[in-house]
Amino acid sequence: MTAAPPVLRAADVTKVYGGTHALRGVSLDIAAGRTTAVFGENGAGKSTLMKILSGVEPPSTGHIELDGRTVAFGAARQAADHGISIIHQELSLCPNLSIQDNLFLGREHTRGGGALLDRAGQKDLARRALDRLDGTIDPEVPVGDLRLGQQQLVEIARALLQDARVLIMDEPTSALSAPEVEVLFRVIRELKATGVAIVYISHHLEEALAIADDVAVLRDGSMVAAARAADVDLAWIVRTMVGRDQDDLFPDRAPTLGEPALEIEGLSVADPATPGRLAVHDISTTVRAGETVGIYGLMGSGRTELLECLAGRLPAASGTVRLHGEPLTGDVRRRIRTGVVLVPEDRQRDGLVQSMTVGQNLSLASVPRFVRRLLVHRGTERDAVDAMITDVTVKTPGADAPIGSLSGGNQQKVVIGKALLTGPRVLLLDEPSRGVDVGAKADVFALMAQQAERGLAVLFTTSEPEEALHIPDRLLIVARGRLIADLRPGELTRDRLMSLADGAAPSEEAPHD
Amino acid sequence: MTDTLAKDHEVVLQQRRDAATQARRLKTLESLFELRAFIALGVLIVVFSLLSDSFLTVDNVITMTKHVAINAVLALGMLLVILKGGIDLSVGSTVGLSGVIAGELLQGLHIGFLDAVAYPQVWAVIVLCIAVGAVVGAVNGLLITRLNVAPFIATLGMLYMARAAAMLISGGTTYPDLAGDPATNNTGFGWLGEGRPLGLPVAVWIMIVLAGLVTLLLRSTPFGRWLYATGGNERATQLSGVPVKRVKVTVYVISGACAAMSGLIIASELTSAAPQAGETFELNAIAAVVIGGAALSGGRGNVRGTLVGAFVIGFLADGLVILGVSTFWQMLIKGAVIVLAVVLDQSQQRFQRNRAAASAIAAEHEDSEAPPTAPAKA
Repeated sequence: MTAAPPVLRAADVTKVYGGTHALRGVSLDIAAGRTTAVFGENGAGKSTLMKILSGVEPPSTGHIELDGRTVAFGAARQAADHGISIIHQELSLCPNLSIQDNLFLGREHTRGGGALLDRAGQKDLARRALDRLDGTIDPEVPVGDLRLGQQQLVEIARALLQDARVLIMDEPTSALSAPEVEVLFRVIRELKATGVAIVYISHHLEEALAIADDVAVLRDGSMVAAARAADVDLAWIVRTMVGRDQDDLFPDRAPTLGEPALEIEGLSVADPATPGRLAVHDISTTVRAGETVGIYGLMGSGRTELLECLAGRLPAASGTVRLHGEPLTGDVRRRIRTGVVLVPEDRQRDGLVQSMTVGQNLSLASVPRFVRRLLVHRGTERDAVDAMITDVTVKTPGADAPIGSLSGGNQQKVVIGKALLTGPRVLLLDEPSRGVDVGAKADVFALMAQQAERGLAVLFTTSEPEEALHIPDRLLIVARGRLIADLRPGELTRDRLMSLADGAAPSEEAPHD
Repeated sequence: MTDTLAKDHEVVLQQRRDAATQARRLKTLESLFELRAFIALGVLIVVFSLLSDSFLTVDNVITMTKHVAINAVLALGMLLVILKGGIDLSVGSTVGLSGVIAGELLQGLHIGFLDAVAYPQVWAVIVLCIAVGAVVGAVNGLLITRLNVAPFIATLGMLYMARAAAMLISGGTTYPDLAGDPATNNTGFGWLGEGRPLGLPVAVWIMIVLAGLVTLLLRSTPFGRWLYATGGNERATQLSGVPVKRVKVTVYVISGACAAMSGLIIASELTSAAPQAGETFELNAIAAVVIGGAALSGGRGNVRGTLVGAFVIGFLADGLVILGVSTFWQMLIKGAVIVLAVVLDQSQQRFQRNRAAASAIAAEHEDSEAPPTAPAKA
């Protein structure tokens, strides 16, 4: 490894949430003046490791060493006092406060013996930090008025202001444009030159590899490899992350296409977060029975809003949707009855009821089906639930187990099973592989293929290029709410996919069929 | 490098063994805490019996249970609202309103344009009063689901408005006589308070039947399942196609109807209806539900716990009266018991979480005794 002793070290760290292992015995050395890129698929444990390194969460077993001494951070604040700061994947800004107030939140500069805010001083510092990243942002503007990319820059500026010795960046570029990424990379190089240790996580593998000096790969919560960036290439990283031949993960299939199941015409959806902005802009496409269609797009590209509109959760601003020729209207309840059901992106928030059992979660959307003489017939319900547990291969001690005792992958299978139990004709899945271990991921994709073979139309979103290129029969690429391309994934290279999804591609990339 | 790994691994193995021990210890504590309401009730009964000869007599227990029943009927309605993750502050006022309307109807309803007085029969009075309670609940539910008013605020508003309605209808005075008159064929209202079929007061029978119905509703109907799910995760439940708004309105309607029933029992027992009846009863009902182990955030709680909670509150209050403890001390003790109940509930939840984590770490112990291999190099 590096000659200099590591500034920060994770030693045999294990982290357990509920009954699930997020990390198992992970060790990682982080060297000063270098960028360590941590790779891993969704759910491999990257974010958990970063939370532990930055003191947001304590490890269940194992420990953290700073400059060779074991440290235990009671809170993120304590880690920050030791010079460790983190840029979170989820933006942690208060939209109602100005940029400047956000930058100094919790560490306000004061005057008058600590009684009053030093507004002028803060503003000056804020402007200098912002100028390093993007000269056009005014520190007095409320964060809520900024677009997502600018908010991410504010998050980065906040970390810069803390003069960290170790700076952890968890997906810092997920909403940045290509020029903004260049600026960030310039800043990273400047920081490295002053001896700051950078930990970098990104879905853009090339991007992360380009900026990295050291690489480490996590898979299913275990550290599976560590190397010098110069010694490895992209193919090695992908292979190590996935841990098996891609053919196993992505089964080949020859779809038998049936009738058009879902016909979307000129669909626009208003952005629920920003009034007056369209999250989905004039999208038209058709999904046939027996077909799996993937939607690839970055965060904020409108992919989630598109699915939520189809599921009846968001109203359409304009356009029409037909289900097997009939106009598709009504709320979520009505659409589930007519055969359109959504597996939501955030299964903790939108998919599962944590206080209920595996079986109760599975049957939640279909309870009335089991009613005999006004009461829920336990036997009928039990049979259907047990059959579904076998069908979607949920690993559980039984239908009565609490949902929290299952791993992420098995929880995801429960959400999918709940959707399938409603007897759908169109299955919508928003990022079905998010937070799912590799084995379960293959199961989820196999399930989708199997349902398509049974004649369902399957429409899903993904932010993993490998999935976009290998899983669907047809791929839609969306950027900034618009359909950029509609093609067979075989026609596409990884690089081309990424540049299309950045939305930076020239406009002659009009959608074609 | 390998040496360090091996040493680290020894430490981890020890941590895992400790975790297994801790998981077992937490399991024991947890089961003890689960029965806390029963244990509290047992302790109350033993202590009061030792301190007073008149506490554990058949007559006294029946009288106390009658008091408990009034609160329990309110608390069962409140349980449904709290399972949903809501709160109903208006039930005390609905108790008063229900009694006043019973009084008004039994006195004879003056119908202006016919210049006649109608005397509805007792069964009709009861049905009408419960309907009024249900309407109050429906207004709460619609305010909350259609106009997005927070449950605390909507039902706080209703607390004032329902009480005001009771005052306005009665002119602020008590209806002194609810016995009815054989001439107008509306006697028998007193039976609710006085009757003792099979030796138990009617109020206690109502509590028993209602508890059975609510248990059935929660355990065996789609509605019950939807209610627990809504309280546990409203977004996920709505996305599952459950009519969440209908579930919400329904729980307030049931809570209002329960409050009206409670108001009828009180009016019948006293054979008079005061517009002030039921003041602060909502707080006793909430206390019973919370002592019974329900989570105010929703999704967790059951009928058995709520009944035990109502008994704890009722026996504690009556027991302290029998012992001659001053009202001020009674209030202090009741408050402390409520807070203690929630503190214990929080501890139980923490034990549960810690045990799940400890079990997972300990389980790892069994399937990976071998030290982890050093990271593979490229």
